[in-house]
Amino acid sequence: MRVLYFAWVRQKVGIAEEELAPPAEVRDVAGLVAWLAARTPGHAAAFADPRQVRAAVNQDFAAPDHPVAANDEVAFFPPVTGG
Amino acid sequence: MPRILIQDAPFDIAAETAALTAGRTDVGGVGSFLGVCRADDGLEALVLEHYPGMTERAIARIAEQAEARWPLTGCTVIHRVGRILPGEGIVLVLTASAHRAAALEACAFLIDWLKTRAPFWKREEFAAGSHRWVAARAEDDEATARWEHDPTARASHDTTARSSHDAAAPRAKA
Repeated sequence: MRVLYFAWVRQKVGIAEEELAPPAEVRDVAGLVAWLAARTPGHAAAFADPRQVRAAVNQDFAAPDHPVAANDEVAFFPPVTGG
Repeated sequence: MPRILIQDAPFDIAAETAALTAGRTDVGGVGSFLGVCRADDGLEALVLEHYPGMTERAIARIAEQAEARWPLTGCTVIHRVGRILPGEGIVLVLTASAHRAAALEACAFLIDWLKTRAPFWKREEFAAGSHRWVAARAEDDEATARWEHDPTARASHDTTARSSHDAAAPRAKA
């Protein structure tokens, strides 16, 4: 699984992307967030308030209950502020 | 086909407008929105980050919806990324149609959606070397929501809009 981070989520995690193999019990976005948050202090800081973080699975916005699988590209970022 | 560009370089609004009318006689008006970098609170520059790949997909989808909803003869969306100085353009939306109402409404729709559904993030840089990430504004969500409640919107649009709007925080399950 390719996991990407953007904006302040990237700054807090400390890296822009990583290749990960979450355990089988990680089935959806919310499960992935819980698993990631336990990895490093940077991850914990980024996901300290999950309500502030948005997600995309395979480049489409994804809700917390959206499934995630081994070959997915999953991204985490703050609410968007373009335009 | 909408013209969609994500680029570091400044854009030329006159050249882009001319391209929408070149060689055709069915265009009655071109609606435009130019987003400009404002120097609030001693801001020195904005730095825009995006999600390559998803950004283009998201804008293409929004532009397709605009073209399905209004009779456009063409539309252009150019969004800059990287470092942008006060007074410089950030985003350009152009919509061409036979009549002004369609051009203006489609233009407003596109910029409202871009602000809340396209994966860009702004960081503000200040003179003292400090910086801060721009926070999302509830007013922008409300501006986008008004298009979802438009009774002329097609059902498929409502579905798309709602599902992406609900792409909310990955909060822990109870």
